[in-house]
Amino acid sequence: MSSLESTTAPSTVRKTALNSVHRQMGAKMVDFNGWDMPVEYPAAIGCGIINEHMAVRTGVGVFDVSHMGDIRLAGPEALAAVQHISMNDAARLSVGQAQYSALLYPQGTFVDDVIVHRLDEDEYLLVINAGTREKDFSWVRGNTRQFDCKVEDLSDAFTQIAIQGPKGVRTLQKLTDADLNAVKFYWVTRGTVCGLKNILIARTGYTAEDGFEIYIPSDEATSARVWYAILEAGKEFGAVPCGLGARNTLRLEGKLPLYGHEISDTINVWEAGLDRFCKMEKPEFVGREALEKSKAEGLKRTLVGLEMVERGIARDGYRVLDSAAGEIGFVTSGSPAPFLKKNIALAYVPPDFSPIGTGVKVEIRGQGVGAAVVPTPFYKRPKMT
Amino acid sequence: MPYPTDRKYTKEHEWIQPNGSTATIGITDYAQQSLGDIVFVELPKPGAELSSGKTFGSVESVKAVSDLFAPASGTVAEVNEALATAPENVNKDAHTAWMLKINLKDSKELDALLSAADYEKFVAEEGGH
Repeated sequence: MSSLESTTAPSTVRKTALNSVHRQMGAKMVDFNGWDMPVEYPAAIGCGIINEHMAVRTGVGVFDVSHMGDIRLAGPEALAAVQHISMNDAARLSVGQAQYSALLYPQGTFVDDVIVHRLDEDEYLLVINAGTREKDFSWVRGNTRQFDCKVEDLSDAFTQIAIQGPKGVRTLQKLTDADLNAVKFYWVTRGTVCGLKNILIARTGYTAEDGFEIYIPSDEATSARVWYAILEAGKEFGAVPCGLGARNTLRLEGKLPLYGHEISDTINVWEAGLDRFCKMEKPEFVGREALEKSKAEGLKRTLVGLEMVERGIARDGYRVLDSAAGEIGFVTSGSPAPFLKKNIALAYVPPDFSPIGTGVKVEIRGQGVGAAVVPTPFYKRPKMT
Repeated sequence: MPYPTDRKYTKEHEWIQPNGSTATIGITDYAQQSLGDIVFVELPKPGAELSSGKTFGSVESVKAVSDLFAPASGTVAEVNEALATAPENVNKDAHTAWMLKINLKDSKELDALLSAADYEKFVAEEGGH
C-alpha cells in the first residue's frame, strides 16, 4: 500500500469555524487548497463517500462550504462593475435572483467561476472558490476601480452550510420561518434560521441536486449549533454530514466544472462548453474580445464526457489516446460515479473525437483502456412535481 | 480494531499470514479505513511471480489509487476472485478479505516484517489516531 493520505494538518493550514466539529465527528481531514477540510466522515456513523453521495441523491446531505469566498459589490455603479468583470448578463437578474457566471482574463480564460447573487437594487454578492480567494479579490478590486462601487471581501464573516438533496427543503423548512417552497432554483431569500435573524438563504448548490446554501455568522459556537440542528432536523430523511469527496463525485456526475480541472487560466469559455453562461450580446466585458476572435478561429479542443467501457478508472491528468495509441487529450476529472455505478470522466479532446459514441482509450498505468464519449451531464435530477 | 497475531505486517500496510510453505496476503484495517470506499482491486493471475517489496497490484477507492507491495517473494497460487465483484468486502473486514495465496520462495523473509504489536504502534505514530 502507498499514498495513504495524512490525517495531520500543518499549522499554517486554514480552518473553518466548524473544524473542531468535523474532527469531533471523526472526519478524515485533508489539505484542500490550503484549507483543512473533511474529505469524508466515518463509516461508523453511516458515512463514507458512497453513502454520503447516495444520501444527497435520495435524501439529504449537509456540507461545510465555509472555505468558499464571498465578495460584495455595492454602490450606484455596482451593476456596471459586475457587468464589466463577469461573462453572464447580470442586468437580467431581479433582486433576489442568482446566476452562474465566470470572471475572465483578457485572453478569455478563467480567473474563476462564480455565482452572482443580486441581493438588492445596487448590491451583488459573488461566491467564489476557496483556492482562488485572494487572487479573485485582488482581481475584482483591480478591475472595478473605475466604478462608483464598494468592493468588500466578506469571506471570513460567514459560515456557509449547504443542505443538499431532494429532502433538503423539508429539512431546512423545520428551522426557518422563510417559505422555502416559494424560493425558486437560483433565487435567494432572507429569514430567521435557528433563531438567527435575517439569514441569507440561497437555493443553490454544487451537487446537481435541489438544495440550499445558508450564510450564518462565522463564530464557532453559532456555527456548531446550526450544523447539529440541521443534522437533527434531517434525521428522519437520513441526513448525513458530507465531505469534499462526495462533493466532488456529485458535481462530476452533474458535469459541474471545478477550477483547476475543467476550467483554468489556460482554458477558454468555448473549450469548456460554457457558452450558455457567456452573453456575447453584452457590448463589453473582460475577455470578450479574445473570445470573439477565438470563436471565429474554431475550437482546437473541447470538453467531453467519457464512460469507461473496459475495466478501469480514469483519474485526473491521465492521457487520452486514439485507437493508434496516439495522445489526443487529457482527463480533467475522473472517478467512479456512486449513483450511476459507472466509471466516468471529463476530458479535453479535439472536436473530431467529440461525437457521442466515439471510442477512445484512457492510459491507465501504461495500458490503453477503452472508453466512449457519452452525453452529459452524466446525471440529471428528476423534475420536481 | 485488534490486529491478529497469527500474521506479520508491512509498513506499507499489507498483512501476510504464513501456513507452512504458503502464505495469504491482504491489506490491513488501517489501510482500508484510510482509503475509504474500495471500488476496484487489481491483482496478478495465478503463476505470477511476486518479489518482496515490489508492487504486485493496486487497490482503488472512490478517491484514489494505491499500489500494493509484496510482503514476501513467491508465486501466486490462488486469487480471491470474489473481490472482482465485491471489492467492498475489504472495507467490511480487511483481515478476512484476503487477496492472494502464494507459495513462499523463502519463509525466512517474514522474520524481517512487523509483529501485530509493532504494527499497531507504527500506525498509531503514523496516523495520530
